[in-house]
Order: sequence, then structure tokens, then C-alpha cells
Amino acid sequence: MLILECPYCGVHADETELAPGGEAHLKRFGPGSDIDDFEGYLFMRENPKGLHFERWRHAYGCGKWFLAARCTATLEVFGTYPAQSAEPPQSIKDAITAKRPGWSWRDFA
Amino acid sequence: MSEVVNVRDLGSQGMVTLRGDMSSKAFKAACKALSELAIPDRNKITEADGKGIVWMSPDEVLLLLPHADAAAAVAQFAAAMGAEHHLAVNVSDARALIAVEGPFAAEVLAKLTPADVHPAQFGPGDFRRTRLGQVAAAIWCVAPGSYRVICFRSVADYTLNLLSASAEAGPVRHF
Amino acid sequence: MSTRLSTAGRLIDTAKPIKFSFNGKTLQGYAGDTLASALLANDQLLVGRSFKYHRPRGVVAAGAEEPNGLVNLGSNGTFEPNQRITTTELFDGLSATSQNHWPSLEFDVGSINTHLARFLPAGFYYKMFIHPRPLWKHVYEPFIRQSAGLGKAPKDRDADTYEHFNCTVDVLVIGGGIAGLAAAAEAGRTGARVLLIEQTAAWGGRAVVDQPTIDGQTAADWVTTTLAGLAAMENVDIRTRTMGAGVYDHGYVLAYERLRDHAPKASGPRHRLWRIRARQIVTATGAIERPLSFAGNDLPGVLLASAVRDYAVNFGVGIGDRTVIATNNDDAYRTALALHDAGLQVPVILDARAKGGGELADQARAKGIRVENGKAIASVKGGKRVTGVSVCLQAGQGAVLEEISCDCVAMSGGWSPVVHLWSHCGGKLTWDEAQAMFRPNNDRPPTGADGEAMVIAAGTANGHLYTAEAIADGWSAGRAAAHAAGFTAKPEAIPDGSDVPELPLTPVWMMPQGAGYDLRSKSWLDFQNDVKVSDVQLAAQEGFESVEHAKRYTTLGMATDQGKLSNINGLATLSGALNIPIPSVGTTTFRPPYTPISMGAIAGVARDDLFQPIRKTPISGWHESNRADFEPVGQWRRPYAFVHKGESVHDAVKREVTNTRTNVGLLDASTLGKILVKGPDAGRFLDMLYTNMMSNLAVGKCRYGLMCSENGFLMDDGVVARIDDDTWLCHTTTGGADRIHAWMEDWLQCEWWDWKVYTANLTEQFAQIAVVGPKARQVLEKMGGMDVSKEALPFMQWADGTIGGFDARVFRISFSGELSYEIAVPASQGRAFWDALLSAGAEFGMMPYGTECLHVLRAEKGFIMIGDETDGTVIPQDLNLGWAISKKKDDYLGKRAQERSHMADPNRWKLVGLETLDGSVIPDGAYAVAEGMNPNGQRNTQGRVTSTYFSPTLGKGIAMGLVLHGPDRMGEVIEMTKGDGTYIKARIVDQVFYDKAGEKQDV
Repeated sequence: MLILECPYCGVHADETELAPGGEAHLKRFGPGSDIDDFEGYLFMRENPKGLHFERWRHAYGCGKWFLAARCTATLEVFGTYPAQSAEPPQSIKDAITAKRPGWSWRDFA
Repeated sequence: MSEVVNVRDLGSQGMVTLRGDMSSKAFKAACKALSELAIPDRNKITEADGKGIVWMSPDEVLLLLPHADAAAAVAQFAAAMGAEHHLAVNVSDARALIAVEGPFAAEVLAKLTPADVHPAQFGPGDFRRTRLGQVAAAIWCVAPGSYRVICFRSVADYTLNLLSASAEAGPVRHF
Repeated sequence: MSTRLSTAGRLIDTAKPIKFSFNGKTLQGYAGDTLASALLANDQLLVGRSFKYHRPRGVVAAGAEEPNGLVNLGSNGTFEPNQRITTTELFDGLSATSQNHWPSLEFDVGSINTHLARFLPAGFYYKMFIHPRPLWKHVYEPFIRQSAGLGKAPKDRDADTYEHFNCTVDVLVIGGGIAGLAAAAEAGRTGARVLLIEQTAAWGGRAVVDQPTIDGQTAADWVTTTLAGLAAMENVDIRTRTMGAGVYDHGYVLAYERLRDHAPKASGPRHRLWRIRARQIVTATGAIERPLSFAGNDLPGVLLASAVRDYAVNFGVGIGDRTVIATNNDDAYRTALALHDAGLQVPVILDARAKGGGELADQARAKGIRVENGKAIASVKGGKRVTGVSVCLQAGQGAVLEEISCDCVAMSGGWSPVVHLWSHCGGKLTWDEAQAMFRPNNDRPPTGADGEAMVIAAGTANGHLYTAEAIADGWSAGRAAAHAAGFTAKPEAIPDGSDVPELPLTPVWMMPQGAGYDLRSKSWLDFQNDVKVSDVQLAAQEGFESVEHAKRYTTLGMATDQGKLSNINGLATLSGALNIPIPSVGTTTFRPPYTPISMGAIAGVARDDLFQPIRKTPISGWHESNRADFEPVGQWRRPYAFVHKGESVHDAVKREVTNTRTNVGLLDASTLGKILVKGPDAGRFLDMLYTNMMSNLAVGKCRYGLMCSENGFLMDDGVVARIDDDTWLCHTTTGGADRIHAWMEDWLQCEWWDWKVYTANLTEQFAQIAVVGPKARQVLEKMGGMDVSKEALPFMQWADGTIGGFDARVFRISFSGELSYEIAVPASQGRAFWDALLSAGAEFGMMPYGTECLHVLRAEKGFIMIGDETDGTVIPQDLNLGWAISKKKDDYLGKRAQERSHMADPNRWKLVGLETLDGSVIPDGAYAVAEGMNPNGQRNTQGRVTSTYFSPTLGKGIAMGLVLHGPDRMGEVIEMTKGDGTYIKARIVDQVFYDKAGEKQDV
């Protein structure tokens, strides 16, 4: 049972109060986009064993979407941050680096 | 059993959802004008004289007021906000308000919510949106042993029965 | 024989006799007994039959690890199978029956299997029943089903109640032995919120049986003192009869409290499932003694040495008059001493170690007990109970040196820490060569959300078998756990335990070590599942080398005890057979729960009316009292039809359809989703969400819209009304309200977060009632209020006003093809408004109608229904809804997907109407068949039915379906499957069966 801190209301929400939303930081490709880009946006996912960035919604709470950096193997949480982030904030990146030096995930490192 | 927790439907209650930039002067002033209350900190409620303001999310508060005053409050808020982006809507009839009162009322809630409602952690003025059993709910502490629950109207019967069954099952004597 | 001793047991109160029954026989025990101790006191050694060979089985253990003592408890509404008698507290009137035998426990026909044992080795079923294939279904499976399973499922509803309880604690201590008590006391002193749970009814664990000295007192006195201290701490809660069942992610722990299994007449819930969020967890779960593998070790009367001691000391029960003790360690000597003190005979202690034991062995000899070093049991004699043992050299092959008569054998193969809870969430183990045990690897603990340790093992569960070490380990675990949770206090003295020094054990995995097949095939590893040393060796020989494979091939450890006794002996046997060290074999996975928990506890209060939420509209009460036949729609229950007396449901639907088309009908449409979307960017936002334009909708008007997923598939539809300059109201399907609101918020929060749009889900704020039919306007005009004429309120417009004194918002929209008003009033007035409409409408023949009538009306009009015409693979273009897809917009959700070649393929099946040549109704789910067969020998298909009904208006069956090139094949006759191998002929027609010009709705 995961417990994630909602960055909006500060509640340490139980997994049953959250709704999962899949992988974070997807870039939308719309009409006219290259078919490979569109396929990547719609279907291609990292699915890593290890560090991952995910979308969660505080559904039984303030209703806000947020993003979480966590390890899918150990379930360690490196931090949560607002959904309105094009990339993870430096503080989260630093927290990951402290535990997983040399990490990379898609274009982030 | 001498120890009893009472669960009852409090009937009609005016509720108005107000969304906007809560840090804006207009928003604060409009809330103040409607309730004489300041906007509470996050996960808190302020209440006085039959009115209250609840922090619901970073861009939303819930105004508690007499049921008959809700429609006028919507209009008054909209007028006060003018062109500033906002939403004011009467949700009084979309919700139900339930009182849970008695010596082990906190334990009755704890049977149903994953939130930490230990009295040392969740005291008067504390507010939390969570779930009770299988439905969304908002709970707050009025005073030790006295709590309020807001749930959606359609599941009011379910929530009442759920709370009543949990109250009838007696105290856990953990808190 | 097994009997009550004159020496009093610690836990029983001989002043309080208790009557209970076993297999119909009335027996007597005492308050404080377990069912096991009470049965043993009555010489009921035989308690069950094994699973495969139906061999007689007696009690082996005294606690949760017991594999054999499983019974049916109670009857009717309190019946429960597979209850462990060693953990069942005796109460007055307890009624138990044994299981897994026929016709009786004493004489079981199935025990013939034991003579067939040679032919039923590991993997027998896999090998035997695979060929010939056709026999499986009718011969093998029924036979195996008949003999499979342990116990019988209850037939009656559970008469008890259950509940859950959530709590958050700083330190959770699992296990109420001396290590757990020390941990809780030390953590409690720091002010941390502490919960200490113990699975049995009594505190102190094993220490109070053996009574070492702690802090200058007996262990029992120390436990009493410590408990008093804990009880005085406000921040500490201590609970007996509460088992730590499982440790999960981020410090989540399930605990299982048995509130009144021991007192069934008390009130309140029977079990409580604790859902604990703990910052730190201390597992002080103790250790379990291991059996020894010798021939005949499964006979009733062969018990763990510690269990023999527990029964004597705790319950005053002697298992036998003459007990032979077989051991590889010093601890079993305590059993000899305890039995001797109780006045029972110990003819011999067979110590497999060449050099024998230490100080405890000396004490035994001093009491005149014969001790034989380097000796072993060659085999146990007896049938339904032990009559003697033959003795051999441990180092040899089993040549009998001597036969000794006895009626009990106490065995000890050493101790295994209970590492289950440590392991559930990833704690690793290390093999302790000196003590021959897996114990927690403290360098690799389970980790929590912060990546740091969240579990600390303590005491014997951490491999510390000595009192002094165990209690000090508990103390420091409590201290460390509190510290990790953010609490500290000045240290006080570590509790000081004292021990008799012991000599190390010698691992003994087979007794004697050179036992031949004959002995090995009678040496049990798993008593309940009948897995023997020879089976595990066979598995290894046949290539099942992974421990997980060997487990499944042999069923070792798969019984209800989950290998608590058999696990390590099985691993060691496998290790020997594979000739690799034990740590390389590894362990099987420890999974929760630690011991089985009741289904009731898992369900908690969620049963009957509270099984799941039933959502009710403001008008549900009227439906309930007016013969509504309900159907579930999500968590709503909507009236399917209102059935009059003497009508069938089908009749009612026909009547409702006809009445609505000729007079006027009334529909509770309150469940429809109503989402307010407001802001300067709301129009732009809705243009992205809907396939058609919404930004150019005029204030006061309504427009039907479609929403697609990013994959292009149609996901919801509904009418959108423009409320004012920057406000729209979006109607969704009943099932779509929450989903579409969440969908909107997702895009607003995560993609277009700079757009100024607020949404609010107002679904439940309003009761919405559709007044439908040619006389709808007359009803509203009679009620009075706003102008509802065609001129004032034309089709596809809305207006605010009052009707019959009610504040109302009226939409001129139609899902039936008739003149229709959908009227929203505040939910609190919904019921009154419904009643007012019914009374005003009476003279016009107004009748309420249900969802089936709604479906027939819309199908007659050829309107699609989300979930009927759509199934997640259908795009609007398939449904001839191209008109609702804006060509002017650069983008909307799903547009890019619909540009893919497959989506533009002219061979996609398209929507058409279908009518049978004979007027009958096409069955639900029917396919349109095409020429030829597919590679599986099935008919090819060219379409399928999506909606099919009997139309009362047309007096025949009508349907819609998706058909290959359908719109180009009007008039063509195709064949539809009936499901029974025959076909029904249907003509492809226009999907609009009724009022194609749409004149009736626009009046």
C-alpha cells in the first residue's frame, strides 16, 4: 500500500485515496504529427524496473493530479511534484542522484 | 451499552463551491463579505455564527451557510469577482451533511477511512477529504468527540448506514 | 495415555470446567485450555487424516504451526472448516468435528491410499492423468474433485459481523514474548505511538514456559511487571489475540484480531482486520521448532519436544506416560526435565550428536534419565498411536540396536526463526551455519517510502535463542524503531536475562543419516500434505531443482500451515539431493497472511446492504414504492420498467413505449452527468474535447456532441448547453459523469494548465426529469409558469424559469423522437416536482417509464447508445456520425488517431438498421455471417448486431448493427446467427425506423 504526499494539499494519501494515471512527462502529438511520434505518445512506455516517473490523482482528496518519482522495484519515493511541470524539479533530481547516482530516464538525468 | 456514538443526517445545509485565485484580493474580500471569515489554511475549516469556509483544494473553498442563502451568495460572489476568472456554484443539494458524535466517534470514522483521525492528529478545525468505505467524503472535527461528514447526496443512505453500523459495533479502545 | 496431570497448568483454571463436544462426544476441559489441550487431556490423540494417504494424524505442535489438528467448528451460520485446534480457545458448548475422512475418523476407507503409497509418489497426478486426453473431463477430473480439498465450504450465511480498523502508529511491535515486550516498553518510553500485538491470549511467549530469570525475577513476574508498565502508558496500546498477518509496502500492516472466537456469546464483531500504517515495525515473532525426519515420525504421539513441554507446563497435560526424546540440541532436554518434574517417565533421550549435550544434559542425568549420545530413532512403532521406537546409530543406516516401548516421542531438530513478516515485503535472509537456521539479514531489511529500513527483527525471530540476547535485542529494536520514527528518550538499563549455557546443535536432516529408501519413504516432511523425504529426493532426481519447482511438484509446504514445520527440512533434503549448500537452494517465497484469516474479516462491514454503495436519485423512493423493476447502471439502480399488476416486465415496456408515443411519459433522468465548464478559455477547451464545435454555440442553445479518446474511439456523448458567455453545461451519459469530469480535469491540469477554465460536477445538484410525448406541452402548460411554446422555447434550446412554482431549467432536447422537455430542478425539490408532474399529467394519461422503454424509443429513432453501439473499438465515422465531426478544427482529442489508415479504411463495418424478414427479434450479440470459413473452421463474419429490440410502435423486431459496406447495401438480405447453429434472415435498412424527418420532436 503506497503512501504518497500530495504536493498540493500536503496530505500523506493512502493508495486507496489515489488514482493512478500511468507514465508522466508524455509529450502530446496531435494532428499532422509523424506516425512514429504519435505511436510513441500513445503507446510506447518505459515500464522500467527501477526509477520511474508517474502520474497520480488525489482522487479521494483535493482532486489534483501530481507526479511522483519512485522506484518500481523498492517502492522508494524520491518525491512528488505538481503536474504542471515539464520536467522534474531540480530538488527531485538531486534526491534521486543522492540515491541512484548516474541515473537516467528518457531524456532526464 | 453506556458508550454510544450518535450518527444523524443534519438535513439541508447551504454549500457553495468557490473557485478562483485564492491569493487574489478580490477572492479574499468576496469570501470575507459572504461569511465574515478568513480563508483557512489548507486542510482546515473556519466556522462561526452558522457559517464556515473550508479549504478544499488550492483553487477551491467551500462556503457553508444557511440553505436559503446559497443562491444569493453565488450571485454576490460573482458580482464581487467581476471579470476575474472564477467559478461560484450552489452545490447544497448535491451533498449530505452527517454528524458523528460520541465518546468513540473518532474510532467510528477510523473503521472506514485510511486517514489518520487519531484525536492527537486530527483535532477541532482540522478538515480532510478522504473516503469512507467505498465513497468519497469530507470530514472535519468540530470538537473532541464531534465530527461532521459531507458526502454526495446519492450515497447519503449508504454513508449513514455505514457509519451507523460502525457505531453500533462499539468502540475499539485504541485511540 | 494422554491425560490431565495432577500438576496444575499455568494457563488453565481447574475451578472452571467447560463442556465441549468432538465428533458428537461430550468432553470436559477447563477455562484456559485450547481445543488441542482439552482433546489431549481426554486421550483424543487422533485428530484428523492426512490429505493424500488419509493416514491417522495427531497433534504435532502447540501453536500456529500445527499442521494436522484442523477441524470443522460450529454449525449452520457459525460453521467454519479447517480451524486449527492449537489456536482455538476452548469455550462452553464448543462443537468440533474432524474432517477429511469417510466414513469415520477411526476407520477411513481412504487410508487404502497409504498401501498404495509406493504408486502415489510426487508428481503422480501429473503423470497419471495426462493421457489419454479424453478421459480427463469425464473420468479423472470428477475423481480428483471428489478427493480434493480439505474440509467443506460453509453452506449457510455467516451469522457473525466483522469490521476493519485503520490506524497510524509510530512503532508497531508484532509478538508479545519477552523481546516484543521489551521493544514495546522501550519504544513506549520515548512517547512514540506504539501498538503491541500478540497472536495468542497470553503474554510472554516461550519464556514463561521455561522460566529463565530476568532482572532478578522469574520470567512470568518480569512479564507481569512489564505489562503493568505498558498499560500505564497513554501512548501504548497492547492487544492479545491479534496476529500480524502481513507486512506490505510503505509500512502497511494487516493484523487480525479475534475478538470473540473464545467467547461466542459476547456481542460485537467477531473479527477485526487492522489496517495499520506503521512508521517502524518490530517483528518479535519468535521461533518454531523443527521436526526430525525419521521413519514413522507422523504417527499420533510424535510431537515437537517444545509442544510436549507446553502441554505439560501450560495446560497440565501429559501426552504419554513414557516419552522418548530425540534431539540434536540442548533445548529438548528441558522437555525431559519438565516431564520428569511432572512425574512422567523419560525412558531415554536419544541425542544424535556424537558428543551429546551440555549442562542441561548433566541435569537430566542427575535426575536419573538415561541419555544416549550419537543415537537415533530407526523407526517408530505403532498404528493409530505410538507404541515404541527402535533405536539405531545416527551415523549408520538404521540397524536396530534396541527397541524401547513408549507412548510418546518428543522430537527436536533445532529452531527456525519466524521470518515470515520480515520477508513479506522484501527482507532478505542469511543462513546461520552455527545454528542451522535462516535468520533475517539485518543488512538487507525491508525498506519503506524513504528507502530506509522499515522493519527490525528482534529476539528469537532475529536468531537470538538465548534469553539474555533475545531480551536485549528486543530492547534495542524498540529503541531503534522509536528513533527511526523520530522519538528518543534517555536510555535505561537493558533488561538482564540469564541462561544455562548450551552446546551447539548438530544439523540432522535425516535420521539415521544413512537411511535407505524404505526408511526415507516413511519419513514425513509435510504431515498434512503427505510429502516425504523420498518425494523431495524424487523431485530433485526428475529435474525439479529450483526450490519453487520442487515445492509445486511435491506440494511440500502448500497445505494450510504453509510449510511452517516442513520448509527448512525440505530445503535441506533438496540441498542434500542436489549436493549444493542450503543457502544456494534458497527459500520459497513467504506470502501473507501468516496464518489463514477469515473471509469475514477481509470483507469487514461490506456485506448485504453495505456490500457496495447504491446510488439513489431524489426520486428513488417513489420508484421503490411503485413497482419499479430495477437494473444496475454503474452504482445507480434505475427503473427498468414500472410493472403494473398482472403485467410481465415485457408487457410493461410495451405499454410504456406506446403510452409515451401517444400520450406522455415521464423519465427520471437525474443520473445523467451534468458538468459545468466555465472560463475565458472554456469554449476553446470544449472544442478540444468534443469532435464538433462548441465555442460557436449560441447562448440559450443546445448541441449534441461526441467525445473521443486520444486513440480516436468514441467514449461518450451528450447534449451541451451554452449558459452564458463563458459558461457551458455538458451532459454526459449516466456512467460517464465521474469519468468525463476526471477526463476534463486531467487535460486542464496536466496539458493545458495555462488555460483559464474551471469545471464543477453538478450531476447530483439537480433532479432532471424528462417529460416526453405529444401531450408533454399540455402538461407543462397546465402546471403554469414559463412559456414553453415552440416559439418561446424551440427545439434544441433551453430556458430558465418556473414550472408549477418550481425553479426550473428546461431543455428542449429529445432522445425519443417525441416532443420532449428535460427539466432540471434542485435535487431537494426533485421528488415534489415529480409528484406535481404526475398529478398534473394524470388527465393526459401520463405514465412514468424506465430505461428499457428509453432504449426502445431511441432505437426506433436510430439514436446510438454509448456501450451498445460503442465498445471501445468504434469511431464516430463507423456510426455515420461524420456530421458531428468538425472539419474546421485543426485539432480535437482523437483527431490524429482518426487520421490513421486503419481508421479511414472503407472496409470498416458501418452502422445500419436491420429488420428480420419474419418480424422476429434478432438475438443479442448475433453476428452477420459471410461466405466461407476461417482457419478455425468457423463461419466468416461481415457484421454484428449492436442493439436489438421488439418495437411496439412498429409491431416487429428492429435492430442496429455494424455491417461491412452496410450503408451501400440497403435492401440486401444477410444472415444473422441465432446462437443455436441456425440463422435468421435480415434486411439491411436505414437505421431510423420512426419519424425519419424528425417532425414529431420539433413541434
